[in-house]
Amino acid sequence: MLIRINGRAFEVPENATVAVALLMSGETTFRRSVSGELRAPLCGMGICFECRVTIDGRPHARSCQIPLREGMEIRTG
Amino acid sequence: MSLPDVIVVGAGIVGAACARELAASGLRVTVVEAGVVGGGATAAGMGHLAVMDDSDAQFALTAYSQSLWRELAAELPKEAEYLPCGSLWIAAEDEEMAEVYRKERYYCGRGIPVEVLDAKQLAEAEPNLRPDMAGGLIMHADAVCYPPCAAKHLVERSGAELMQGREVVSVDDSGVRLDDNTRLAAGAVLLATGTAVTELLPALAVAPRKGHLLITDRYPGFVRHQIIELGYLKSAHSTPSDSVAFNVQPRRTGQVLIGSSRQYGVTDGAVESEMLSRMLRRAIGYMPGLAALSSIRAWTGFRAATPDKLPLIGRAPGFRNVLLATGHEGLGISTSLATARLIGDELLNRPSAISRQPYDPARAWC
Amino acid sequence: MIVIVGAGPAGMAAARRARECGADVTVIDDNRAPGGQIWRGEGRSLAPGVRFVNSARVVAGDATAKTLLVETEEGARVVSYDRLILATGGRELFLPFPGWTLPGIFGVGGLQALAKSGLPLRRKRILVAGSGPLLLAGADYFRRSGADVVLIAEQASAASLARFAAELIRHPDELLQAARLQTGLLGVPSKRGCWVEAAEGRDRVERVYLRQGARTFVEEVDYAAIAWGLVPNTELAALLGTGSLAGTGGAELSVIEGEIAGLTAAGREDLARRLYPRQRKALRFARAVDKAFALRPELRSLPEPATIVCRCEDVPFERLQACGSFRAAKLHTRCGMGPCQGRICGPAARFLFGWRDDSVRPPILPARVGTLAGNIS
Repeated sequence: MLIRINGRAFEVPENATVAVALLMSGETTFRRSVSGELRAPLCGMGICFECRVTIDGRPHARSCQIPLREGMEIRTG
Repeated sequence: MSLPDVIVVGAGIVGAACARELAASGLRVTVVEAGVVGGGATAAGMGHLAVMDDSDAQFALTAYSQSLWRELAAELPKEAEYLPCGSLWIAAEDEEMAEVYRKERYYCGRGIPVEVLDAKQLAEAEPNLRPDMAGGLIMHADAVCYPPCAAKHLVERSGAELMQGREVVSVDDSGVRLDDNTRLAAGAVLLATGTAVTELLPALAVAPRKGHLLITDRYPGFVRHQIIELGYLKSAHSTPSDSVAFNVQPRRTGQVLIGSSRQYGVTDGAVESEMLSRMLRRAIGYMPGLAALSSIRAWTGFRAATPDKLPLIGRAPGFRNVLLATGHEGLGISTSLATARLIGDELLNRPSAISRQPYDPARAWC
Repeated sequence: MIVIVGAGPAGMAAARRARECGADVTVIDDNRAPGGQIWRGEGRSLAPGVRFVNSARVVAGDATAKTLLVETEEGARVVSYDRLILATGGRELFLPFPGWTLPGIFGVGGLQALAKSGLPLRRKRILVAGSGPLLLAGADYFRRSGADVVLIAEQASAASLARFAAELIRHPDELLQAARLQTGLLGVPSKRGCWVEAAEGRDRVERVYLRQGARTFVEEVDYAAIAWGLVPNTELAALLGTGSLAGTGGAELSVIEGEIAGLTAAGREDLARRLYPRQRKALRFARAVDKAFALRPELRSLPEPATIVCRCEDVPFERLQACGSFRAAKLHTRCGMGPCQGRICGPAARFLFGWRDDSVRPPILPARVGTLAGNIS
């Protein structure tokens, strides 16, 4: 499945979640904390909210709970 | 050990402001707070620092207090989230636009910086408002803050002794009795307990007016000013029935705070889903984009309301040494500093910058 | 109509039993497939005839009207019930230590969940640390996925674990499972009375410092899987003023309690009663687990003054020390005001300071404003 991460195209396995696709693409930073720290998933089950990214223009999406869709646009940071 | 000059009961924004004012005026102050500093209605409200014109007396108090907030702003810590975003009163149609012009005349004549916006200017000022609005009035000097931290700052700056976790169960001219049966004596007692004042003085005409609020995750720039629909006034004026009005506020954090609602005669603080959804539907009606935002927390609070919508600031009838600073309804944060100044004037026999008479508690005795 | 919130072992068991009794059963879960955390990715299915509302989260509920407000990515719906079973399971307990917020540090179940969703672990150096039986299960999974598990660091003492081993003998199934895990993990270094003190790295975790007794040492890692036990998800139960199967007692207990709940809800208390002895036994085991893996007091000294405790709002330890309660912390430092609604920082603060939880209000998970406005699809 082809998706775009921060503007670049990536081929990712269909059954992965957005979070896994990001990690596999080499993204270690998903977002910045309120004081600017680098953050990435912690709990893997949708409750810590550290995995939030912007998906198709919608911010604050919990990437570890969201399945991939063809052509998805993901933005981190 | 000498007696405190004043016991301030309640460390909400009003009690905290009074503690600071009285201490700064040279009095020995003890503050008694049953819960968390700034944890009552102070924590539940929208934290706006607004000037209002329901009546000349309301205008006098809010304008005086706003000038005091401007002076205080520089020393407030970052946690108090002071944000001079201004208020925007919005008109959906011509009748409300007439109210915009009336307000403009009222405020311009009194030196308050305001500006009328037509439909196009309004859309530019707030792009997320629905496009068919008639216009609005910006009040440039209005601001918002995060009251619990402002209250905490005021209490700390006062240097007053703070007794936390103790509740006052009775009051008289020589002091108070606490829930552990100890007595605290003082020269005077100031009750700044919000709606709880009727537990101490049942004859007081102060009633709880429940409100709901909702706060979103961070969406910086979604709303730039505090926005209030002109129907807000109708809601505050209405007969005792439930009402909602559109009111949003940007927070320094980038979160959007959504209100407002008013209910009479409800004392249960649970979030009522029907009231909440009614309030949110009205808000979405004005700002459709709100619907898609992620919300984190809903809560309720109880405003202390009086029959004439003016607070009780001054000496309690029937007592020599008990004063009241309560009944501020939705303007507690806004008018806290002026309230404190007037209380200080009353205790120390100083002339006040505005007349104290409209807020005299004697009028509110049943 | 029986509605079950949670499609983990307890919820699945409840659904199966209730359905066997002929009840109309609906299960709601935030994940795409059933299994919860313990059985994630195992391809399990709900019993035939059970309705599955997946990728859906319960954000509010009304115990009087007997309805739940449920949100999905697309919209929201109201689900009505006659009987409600809350099988909301548990989440991992995280404790703050310097560097714990670095990318690449996950929970143990957290990393396992990501791996089961496709994250490759082959040849990754992984430290597994913290406390609880989950460490072994997690380490075993990582090893079988081709990772290089560099160490399993369990904070419980060898003495505590020895006492636990004595209890384990009374539970043959769990004993067998433990033996299998131990065998699978032969060759993987493990230490007891050992815990993480700090993590370091530039953009992600690169090394972790651990202590065992008087000795400290360092492990170079690609990932660190660190969790200190489990915390029950009781928010929905607290909101509705009811009990729940929010449990942290292991799969065996979850299944039995789920079966009991399902049978009871379907009106077959007679059948449910027959399961009580097994339930008692499983509860005994669960309590022994809790006792064996109780967190040592030294862990309260892990955070430094600047260590972030509330990750959503970046509130450091030193600011919280001055607060006397959760409510004071929330109002004065913003701790717990973020989207996790105190789920991560709350249990940590409870362990560090002894604070009791603040009250629960809707929404119990962040929800769209439109959902709370009643925008039902």
